[in-house]
Amino acid sequence: MSRTRPAAPPPRPLARAVRIGTRSVRWRGRSVTVGLVAAALTVVLGVLAIGGGDYPMSTADVLRTLTGGGTVAENFIVGELRLPRLVTALGVGAALALSGAILQSLVRNPLGSPDVLGVTQGASTGALIVVVAGGGTLLLSGAALLGGLATGLLLWTVAGRHGVHGYRLVLVGIGTTAILTGVNGWLLTRAPLMDAARAVLWLTGSLDGRDWAQAVPLLGLLALLTPVVAGTARALSLIELGDDTATALGVPVSLVRQLLLGAAVLLAAGAAAAAGPVSFVALVAPHLARRLTRAPGPNLAAATGTGAVLLLAADLAAQRTIEGHQLPVGVVTGLIGGTYLVWLLAARRRAARI
Amino acid sequence: MTSRLGGVGMTLAYERRVVARDLTVAVPDRSFTVVIGPNACGKSTLLRALARTLRPTAGTVLLDGRDIHTMRSREVARTLGLLPQSSVAPEGITVADLVARGRYPHQGLLRQWSTEDERVVAESMAATGVTELAARPVDELSGGQRQRVWIAMALAQQTSLLLLDEPTTYLDVAHQIEVLDLCARLHEEQGRTLVAVLHDLHHAARWATHLIAMRDGRVVAQGDPREVVTAALVEEVFGLPCRIVEDPETGTPLVVPRARRGRQSGPVSAG
Repeated sequence: MSRTRPAAPPPRPLARAVRIGTRSVRWRGRSVTVGLVAAALTVVLGVLAIGGGDYPMSTADVLRTLTGGGTVAENFIVGELRLPRLVTALGVGAALALSGAILQSLVRNPLGSPDVLGVTQGASTGALIVVVAGGGTLLLSGAALLGGLATGLLLWTVAGRHGVHGYRLVLVGIGTTAILTGVNGWLLTRAPLMDAARAVLWLTGSLDGRDWAQAVPLLGLLALLTPVVAGTARALSLIELGDDTATALGVPVSLVRQLLLGAAVLLAAGAAAAAGPVSFVALVAPHLARRLTRAPGPNLAAATGTGAVLLLAADLAAQRTIEGHQLPVGVVTGLIGGTYLVWLLAARRRAARI
Repeated sequence: MTSRLGGVGMTLAYERRVVARDLTVAVPDRSFTVVIGPNACGKSTLLRALARTLRPTAGTVLLDGRDIHTMRSREVARTLGLLPQSSVAPEGITVADLVARGRYPHQGLLRQWSTEDERVVAESMAATGVTELAARPVDELSGGQRQRVWIAMALAQQTSLLLLDEPTTYLDVAHQIEVLDLCARLHEEQGRTLVAVLHDLHHAARWATHLIAMRDGRVVAQGDPREVVTAALVEEVFGLPCRIVEDPETGTPLVVPRARRGRQSGPVSAG
């Protein structure tokens, strides 16, 4: 390197920021673009989702109904059937993706996701217990949430009390997943045939028939946790540099870890309670967001937006791909997510990264 | 001798394995202090305790007269920086982005990138000679360049005290000298207090203004390297028979290990 030459000032700013007085907010062009595109796609896909179905509506009809000018029938169809499903899809996608982005960053492993760590399986166990006992939908959601949280608590007790360490958490999570998969299989064999069929549909992840009873609690959870996560996001990007470096930079590492692990578990369990264990969104959305923004770090906001759009698109595809037959959304996310992951591995193999 | 950083009566341990008992050290203000000692003597452990990444099981670490563990994390991070032995650069992060992360203790949710941040990061990159690498991904750099980037990040933290845990490990000899010269510049020109753990006795004796020699979790000797580094001390600390000659470049002590019997080839003149 030519260190003998005097160091010239960099030609352009090292980072872009909006500054008002002493306040400043940093931004990146690509991240802002990703956010805007995600918002635009949400609107377009949302109108399409509301407009389609057994009672088709034009874009104009949809917009008129949404702004309060619909007929009684339209108001019912949009307000009670299609809008809650749309909102649930967005909420589930956002919650899963945010949970996955947090966990991937926390365990410093691209495979860190609530599916791998067993939180999703724990939610399934809770739901299956209710199915076997013959409980209703509301009870099932509650049990799924509790099951996910209990698994999170177990992970923390076994792997996290002395500071949540990446590898230990992943290994304990894989073990937990294996045990719970076994338990879930056993529970399924115990359920009466009709209930077992219902349980399998739930286990695939589906948004069919979701109403405000699922959407509102999930939105509440997101509204509660988003400020917590946003407040610790910068600390999380430093924890990625290693615990000692983060501590040296003034991050209370252990506190931030526990707070974020708790938030990630809550988000994944909340999503599972609303739609069942929808696969691959938590794993794929953060990857996709990072590739789109090309920004280092956890990319939490971009991942959240990507996840919401991804799930909305998947649900739209699930409803429309096969004429007169609805697929569970989990099938579509599994297909998309699995294909993307295989492609990603192949691409990285070519780049000699793994 | 004034001191802003030190430890009193510290017991340092990992889980149940005690590394040092009743250890008391003081880092002289505005010194370039180097800690040396054989493997597992507790030198890195001492540094981690001073950097508060390891909490003593007994005793206290004092920063400006206050118990470091009662202070707010950010407050400490504005006074005391650390270059740990191992750090992870996230995949694809650029040099400028990584160095910018050193500004964290000076930032907030609504103070994410001030003009001051911009200036300090540019200065830190210039001081370590990585300005021209600003847009390059860190994972593409050589070991020496990477180490300079991490030092730039620690500089961006703008602390008057900087701790470095084996900053020359894994570097070839030219890059080792480059990093140590950089440290010396930071010490002399910017008036920072540096504490480094080093393996190489010659480096320690040449660059340190204050030397702390450790063995088995105890401080065996400390002071000006010209007075401290003697054949007897090296034998006591490292169990290495040696002669001490004068470094022809700097006049600092140069440790020459004794040859095995039968390998001597006539007297060596020091001049």
